[in-house]
Amino acid sequence: MKIYVPMDSAAKALGADAVAEAIRDEAEARGITAQIVRNGTRGMVWLEPLVEVETPEGRMAWGPMTPADAHRLFDAAEDDPKALGLTEELEWMRRQTRLTFARCGVIDPLSLEEYEAHGGLKGLRRALAMKGEEIVDEVKYSGLRGRGGAGFPTGIKWDTVRLAHADRKYIVCNADEGDSGTFADRMIMEGDPFSLIEGMAIAGLATGATHGFVYLRSEYPDAIAVMNAAVKIARDAGVLGGDVLGSGRAFDMEIRVGAGAYVCGEETSLLNSLEGKRGVVRAKPPLPALEGAFGKPTVVNNVISLATVPVIFEHGAQYYADFGLGRSKGTIPVQIAGNVARGGLFETAFGMPLGELVDDIAGGTATGRPVKAVQIGGPLGAYFPRSKFDTPFGYEEFDGQGGLIGHAGLVVFDDSADMLGMARFAMEFCAVESCGKCTPCRIGAVRGVETIDRIARGDADAAGLLTDLCETMKDGSLCALGGFTPYPVMSALTHFPDDFATSKEAAE
Amino acid sequence: MRHDLPQPSVDDIQALIDGQLHLEGPLLPILHAIQEEFGHVPEAAIPLVAESLNLTRAEVHGVMSFYHDFREVPAGRHVVRICRAEACQSMGANVLAEETLAKLGLEWHGTTANGAVTIEPVYCLGLCACAPAAMVDGRVVGRVDAAKMDEIIAEAGA
Ligand SMILES: Cc1cc2nc3c(=O)[nH]c(=O)nc-3n(C[C@H](O)[C@H](O)[C@H](O)COP(=O)(O)O)c2cc1C
Ligand code: FES
Repeated sequence: MKIYVPMDSAAKALGADAVAEAIRDEAEARGITAQIVRNGTRGMVWLEPLVEVETPEGRMAWGPMTPADAHRLFDAAEDDPKALGLTEELEWMRRQTRLTFARCGVIDPLSLEEYEAHGGLKGLRRALAMKGEEIVDEVKYSGLRGRGGAGFPTGIKWDTVRLAHADRKYIVCNADEGDSGTFADRMIMEGDPFSLIEGMAIAGLATGATHGFVYLRSEYPDAIAVMNAAVKIARDAGVLGGDVLGSGRAFDMEIRVGAGAYVCGEETSLLNSLEGKRGVVRAKPPLPALEGAFGKPTVVNNVISLATVPVIFEHGAQYYADFGLGRSKGTIPVQIAGNVARGGLFETAFGMPLGELVDDIAGGTATGRPVKAVQIGGPLGAYFPRSKFDTPFGYEEFDGQGGLIGHAGLVVFDDSADMLGMARFAMEFCAVESCGKCTPCRIGAVRGVETIDRIARGDADAAGLLTDLCETMKDGSLCALGGFTPYPVMSALTHFPDDFATSKEAAE
Repeated sequence: MRHDLPQPSVDDIQALIDGQLHLEGPLLPILHAIQEEFGHVPEAAIPLVAESLNLTRAEVHGVMSFYHDFREVPAGRHVVRICRAEACQSMGANVLAEETLAKLGLEWHGTTANGAVTIEPVYCLGLCACAPAAMVDGRVVGRVDAAKMDEIIAEAGA
């Protein structure tokens, strides 16, 4: 009997380890030989721990499981309420287009054999037969844009590095994933680490870089362990090293652990941190593509950008580009979080309206109360009210509505949310996490907290001051930390004026 | 001082430093290695690190103090990190944190008098779909309510 119990940290946080143990004990007590595979998560976090049993018909899902439920897998009663049916037939699964996450939750994350059996390394093998320029063109044609937030075309970035002359170039993977509401990077690193390794190797072939770093946040100890193990396995198997898959080409990589600074997700701050400096933001130019890590030409890409590259090479650029909406091509792993009935990761072609994701896919709030606001794109993203729920998920579409998709996390709030409090938190967070290099961010955020406190005390002039302050931060900050903090603040003020007014009246 | 951890000696510290020197940009890996071994980065380590990397003490100190992770003094025997970020707030993290701190009579970063537990804020653990979230030493916990938190605190011996 083959049984899958996720080792993803969300599953673990909900008790997966104890469930795995209980299943092992139960099997033993019944004299059944059970092979327990610790896979990644399918992304249905509300059903975690989600256990799967292999059957001739396919994998059957059970969840959410507790240790006391272990017997159910073996009794397999017809009408067991925890028996969910075939995993692939669950609505959440059927409605997705899983390209980047095709293997996540399916395979044993650290089995290179299973990885290959599910299409892994096909992309790298294809890239090995191509010239650097051809590889870059393929990425350009795919329309892939950076999934870390800025949405910059990945192929163009790679081309700049490819054309730069240097004795050494680097591929740096940004795995700092600090945005609240996001966990796609974590999920793929824990659930399908070889896809990231393969994507980085292809980036190396394209640009002539022979060394890669994954800058991985220290808040993710499970992902760090899986990535370290995966790199070692890949190296031992000759996927990484001096002779990638016997091609004579070299590419190797290592995992570097961050140290708890949100701003180190900003690419130049990240590079400073990687070099062992304070994680302060660098002025651009020079672009990291020309002078990046240790002063050398460097590709800095998000985990999902890189982990999507293998699928583009496996199926071809056109296949990928045929999904999506307008200039937002391909798929996006939407992370649905916060106060939701069904939270998790939902990969879909760009274009699905926000409201469909929140009301239909996520099923509204966990508390059962009305949805008041959704913050999209992390702590630097705007709060959208229900009136913007028809906005299709796409870079330009969100920009046009005064927001951003960022790393594609949605945080849902019910009607008990205090939007003045959320605006204050945005300023407070910016103040805590500012690298200190520029004044609008360092000082502006502190003033922002004070100004919002004045609004809360009923000061009638303070709202105007806050608006001016946000303008200054937006125009004058060196990076998007200070520059985008106005998004959550101003969207809260604009769309939820009552939350700013009632506290005023209450004080009067 | 965490009595379950070894007392740092110059040789031990230097060995940890030397173990990372082959890396490009070894400073963060060195600080992590020292903190992992001793639970903090002892004052005595700063000149050794500075010397090994050809930096001034002020530079090493400047780097260390930039990052939230590095401690100059040891934490309690267990560190409980409570997520304060937005997704967790949407599920009641603020109340959970306030109540926990109040129960223990602590401020953020504080350690209980018996040295058992330090409470730290953290901004997102990637568990935002099962909020509110916490981390106990390296172990993740999701959907933390008051009862679960009491259990965590009791287990940690506060
Ligand atoms: C304050 C701040 C934090 C950021 N955090 C991240 C992060 O955690 N992960 C990420 O990939 N990009 C982050 N970014 C964006 C990066 O600067 C950069 O645009 C990105 O890594 C480029 O990769 P991509 O083109 O693949 O998106 C952040 C930017 C800012 C201003
Ligand atoms: S916001 Fe708390 S775990 Fe992400």
